[in-house]
Amino acid sequence: MSDAIKNGFQAAPLDRRNQRNQRVFRLLFLTMTVILIVPVVVILALLTIKGAPALSWGFFTESPKNGLTEGGIFPALVGTLWLVAVALVASVPLGVAAAIYLSEYAKDNLLTRLINLAIINLAGVPSIVHALFGLGAFVLFFKFGTSILAASLTLAIMTLPVVIVSTREALQSVPQSFRLACWSLGATRWQTIRKVVLPNSISGILTGVILEVSRTVGETAPIMFTGAVFFLPFLPQSVMDQTMAMSLHLYNVATQVPDIPEALPFGVALSLILMVLLLNSVSIAFRVHLRRVKKW
Amino acid sequence: MSDNTVDNTSSGTPAQPPGKPPGKPPGKPPGPPYGGTPKRRREDRLEDRIDAAWIWDRIARATIFLGGISAIVFVLAIFLFIAREGLGFALSELDLGYFFTSPNWRPTNETPQFGALALIAGTASITGLAMLIAVPFALGAAIYIGEFATGKTRETLKVLVELLAATPSVVWGFIGLSIMNPLIIEMFDVPIGLTVLNAGIILGLMAAPIMTTIAEDALKAVPDSYREAAEAMGATRWQIIRQVVIPSAKHGLVAAILLGVGRGFGETMAVLMASGHAINMPTSPFDSARALTATIASELGETANGSEHYRVLFTLGIFLFLVTFVINLLADVLVRKGDKKRS
Repeated sequence: MSDAIKNGFQAAPLDRRNQRNQRVFRLLFLTMTVILIVPVVVILALLTIKGAPALSWGFFTESPKNGLTEGGIFPALVGTLWLVAVALVASVPLGVAAAIYLSEYAKDNLLTRLINLAIINLAGVPSIVHALFGLGAFVLFFKFGTSILAASLTLAIMTLPVVIVSTREALQSVPQSFRLACWSLGATRWQTIRKVVLPNSISGILTGVILEVSRTVGETAPIMFTGAVFFLPFLPQSVMDQTMAMSLHLYNVATQVPDIPEALPFGVALSLILMVLLLNSVSIAFRVHLRRVKKW
Repeated sequence: MSDNTVDNTSSGTPAQPPGKPPGKPPGKPPGPPYGGTPKRRREDRLEDRIDAAWIWDRIARATIFLGGISAIVFVLAIFLFIAREGLGFALSELDLGYFFTSPNWRPTNETPQFGALALIAGTASITGLAMLIAVPFALGAAIYIGEFATGKTRETLKVLVELLAATPSVVWGFIGLSIMNPLIIEMFDVPIGLTVLNAGIILGLMAAPIMTTIAEDALKAVPDSYREAAEAMGATRWQIIRQVVIPSAKHGLVAAILLGVGRGFGETMAVLMASGHAINMPTSPFDSARALTATIASELGETANGSEHYRVLFTLGIFLFLVTFVINLLADVLVRKGDKKRS
């Protein structure tokens, strides 16, 4: 009798086995997650340790010297800025327009499905195919030559999905009731978008734009044949000039230059990854902040 | 129809002209900008107002529509432009049978040989190895982050995975070249470390975070009511995952794997730098290999525009485009199938 009362509140053997299984699998998946993350953290730490000695003020403000074996990365930094700026000018308006269409206008029909499929494809097409496209279309067909313009347009098309997807998310997070309220005041669709939807999602859009910048900074293949070069003694003066770029510079110092002091490529790699991670962290922090302050 | 017009005006402030939106932005003083006057109306048109705002709305709609279809236009343009350079050559001059069955890639010989089998084998072996490494860990991590982890832990892990996914491929290539290479030489006592193994590991590390994110989205798409129903019947978390969540998210998970494969297949810089880039039918993970993407990247710079070699590289591009297109299409179909089954 007393045994029955005592055991009545204890887990049955089957329950206990299930609980044990649950713990085992939870641990297994935790381990997998850790194994996924730890090596990368270790690698990044190694990069930092080996690259840090190369970093100095001069590293960021000087030109490469002696066939890239000495000196800094200044022209590559400036070149990357050019590429990113021109790419943004091209892709942000287009991407935002596409996102507005998908979020505010599109019905659930074949066209919308095709657009979504095209976005996935644009993101999924290998970067080297984007490079071939950039070469065939911008460099040769439109006769921009190998220039910042051609390279940036290639990058813009490649990173367009990033802007579209994040902007669409930002737009969709604006409650429908905001739109209804505006429409019921007699505003047109465009007035509603401009005065209500966009102002309420602008920070979310910005988050996506920062993310796009970080993607653009790191891309190498699409600019190899469309505008970025091994070495330039001067800075680009217009969008029709060629330029150096951080990502291609890393490839070059890592593979194309013999007898390079070991710290130099590590330094370039470290500065590139710091740029990208910094941009991403800003974007993420921004998003977390937004989620916290949002009132709806 | 004209009744409606009257209705519109009478419901607004009487002082306002018909068709003027009553509560328009306070910043704009009353006056012409929105002043659709009765004179400008065309009686036979709809009862809609036609004023500046209406016109702007039409213009904006058209512009935004153009932006909306831009993605389709670009995908078509990409195919058209690479086909323009490569398709004619592929269909008339290139021996496609030889292309797919011969491992002899000697584009610069006097009589050039364009056999892409070794390149396809290189891409396949590297991607295959990468998937062997990445798929279990990515799915495991997705399940942990999506189903087990809660609160701060979950957010932190998600951010970490996102940061991993952001690392540029050229940096991964550099890691393969300068960190993995000596490591592999030392650990396995082999002469070179730039091999299928190296590229596979690097590619696996690259693809895993992306797959984790997509797989986690697939898990999130399973409605909570499913989990609650299972929980109400006394199922443990693991039972819910195994018997409810995973079967329901099956299609999305397969799509995640497919997109990972597509990513690995199309990866260029990391594979170029870490694989050894030797034309070779790989027979073991310790062989060097060469990928399709890497071949284009390394050879395009040295070819004359319009030459055979140049065109065959575009043909490789068409091949890459088509394969990734099919992979993405399959993934999309799978995701739709999963959604439909659930609703």
